[in-house]
Amino acid sequence: MKIVVCIKQVPDTTEVKINPVTGTIIREGIPSIMNPDDKGGLELALRLKDEFDAHVTVITMGPPQADAILREAYAMGVDRAILLTDRAFAGADTLATSHALAAAIKNLDYDLVITGRQAIDGDTAQVGPQIAEHLDLPQVSYVADAKYDGKETIRVKKETEDGYQILEATTPCVFTVLASAIKPRYMSVRGIVEAFDKEVETWTVQNITIEPEKLGGKGSPTRVKKSFAKELKQPGAVYEVTPEESVDLIIAKLKEKFII
Amino acid sequence: MNFNLTKKQELFRQMIREFAEKEVKPLAVEIDEQERFPMETIEKMAKIGLMGIPVPTQYGGAGGDHIMYTIAVEELSRCCATTGVALSAHTSLGMGPILENGTEEQKMKYLPKMASGEWIGAFGLTEPNAGTDAAMQQTTAVLEGDHYVLNGSKIFITNAGYAHVYVVFAMTDKSKGNKGISAFIVEQGMPGFSIGKKEKKLGIRGSATCELIFENCIVPKENLLGAEGKGFAIAMKTLDGGRIGIASQALGIAQGAMDETVKYTKERKQFGRSIAQFQNTQFQMADLETRIQAARLLVRSAAFKKDNGIPYSADAAMCKLFAAETAMEMTTKAVQFHGGYGYTREYPVERMMRDAKITEIYEGTSEVQRMVIAAKLFK
Repeated sequence: MKIVVCIKQVPDTTEVKINPVTGTIIREGIPSIMNPDDKGGLELALRLKDEFDAHVTVITMGPPQADAILREAYAMGVDRAILLTDRAFAGADTLATSHALAAAIKNLDYDLVITGRQAIDGDTAQVGPQIAEHLDLPQVSYVADAKYDGKETIRVKKETEDGYQILEATTPCVFTVLASAIKPRYMSVRGIVEAFDKEVETWTVQNITIEPEKLGGKGSPTRVKKSFAKELKQPGAVYEVTPEESVDLIIAKLKEKFII
Repeated sequence: MNFNLTKKQELFRQMIREFAEKEVKPLAVEIDEQERFPMETIEKMAKIGLMGIPVPTQYGGAGGDHIMYTIAVEELSRCCATTGVALSAHTSLGMGPILENGTEEQKMKYLPKMASGEWIGAFGLTEPNAGTDAAMQQTTAVLEGDHYVLNGSKIFITNAGYAHVYVVFAMTDKSKGNKGISAFIVEQGMPGFSIGKKEKKLGIRGSATCELIFENCIVPKENLLGAEGKGFAIAMKTLDGGRIGIASQALGIAQGAMDETVKYTKERKQFGRSIAQFQNTQFQMADLETRIQAARLLVRSAAFKKDNGIPYSADAAMCKLFAAETAMEMTTKAVQFHGGYGYTREYPVERMMRDAKITEIYEGTSEVQRMVIAAKLFK
């Protein structure tokens, strides 16, 4: 089995502070990390590697500094790492990003393509499903677990808002994975020691086949109208009531706000 | 000259910080209260290769360096000093002497299982009458055919009872003084070897500290480590390495107390402002931060010398002396900054202060470190 995992380097948003005057993110001094959902996806791939000796390739599109998360992926146990980097990709929105990644994946052997559900910097959850469309592959989003039969069927647990579904997918296919359900492994010490001796392949626009107008700013129909910091929520009200009274109280409050 | 960690060391620091925060910190209070050895943490550490950081890959280790090892002990100890010393004793005192003095057969027999964490290591030098004056060994070893017979006892042995492999020192020829001491690799379960009383301690209460008892203990001849009579030199060289580990533990305790104190003094309000806003707080904390940074540089400098084959005995003594005294000062002041709350077990600084004290005592007291440093100065 061959698996390609798409990962992204993102600012650690738990450390991000907002400039109170301009409302924009203060990026200085914010550590960059592997996007948590992508790390969950990578863990899923590595579990398939542990059990079925799958070959795992990670790919990221980003600036040269994104090398750091590829080294981290090596230290976690992947077999191959590709950095897709070119000025032609700059300014890409989700559509242009998914075009570039799909074009790169076309040049790789795969039975399964895994992405994270969404990145913590943009929170769009669009790139994974778009890659599936460009590659004309079936997809399962919000994957929390997957069991492979060793041939070509994968039984998937897909989270939904009010529960989960058990689905079966046949390879080749695309999964978008949730970090909350899959705890990633730690990098191993030996993996870290050896990560910097391994080759990270650098691919540019020359390594993929795609119409130039689908890339970068030109290929990005998204326009950002305005960014602003969300207003802080007021603290909630606290009522000291018995469990019996609480039901009536909650119903009354929901009715008061025309929610029910 | 470069004071930065390499990319590899930095990535390792990132991993071990996360590991310590998520896996070690949540257990720190419990293992202190229950005086319980954190076996489950050791198993998690083993799984990712932390039990064999500086051991070469041909002996099953991770092939890392001693700077990485100091970072590991520091970060673990920042959350839990018990866990930090378990790793330090295993690595520096258990595996260290076998790696540096063992025959190829001994290395192949012991190191892969130790580096993988399947076997834990320990070190038996101290006796009731041979503490700082380690040459006063009473334990004896007599060669009888294909084995040595050991008689005597050791005290204050870290990891005892949980370790599988003990590097033990005994007199093979009393007439030669410290040149009559030899080192042996003793395995758990060898006939005549048992674990005695477990100590009840002020700090590092989860660490297993026990007596080792040898009653006509049969140790195969091939378990002699180094030549007969070389034991004292092996012990002293091993302790040089161990001191870098304990210095890292002390540094971690100090950093942990510093982080807690910064957080607390920013939150705690008295006289209408946070106590971090008082210049008394700021000046004392600035001095402590400076000491911690200085201790870290001494630790890393000693580890760098060890990695590069440069003599580091006095450097190890200096980093251990300075880091231990910094840990004691930092934690004592951390309790003071926390006031009454700091004296309770609601806050971790109380535990940190108890844990810090041992770093001024074991693997050579602060007085011994000064003797080592002065000996180099006045040689």
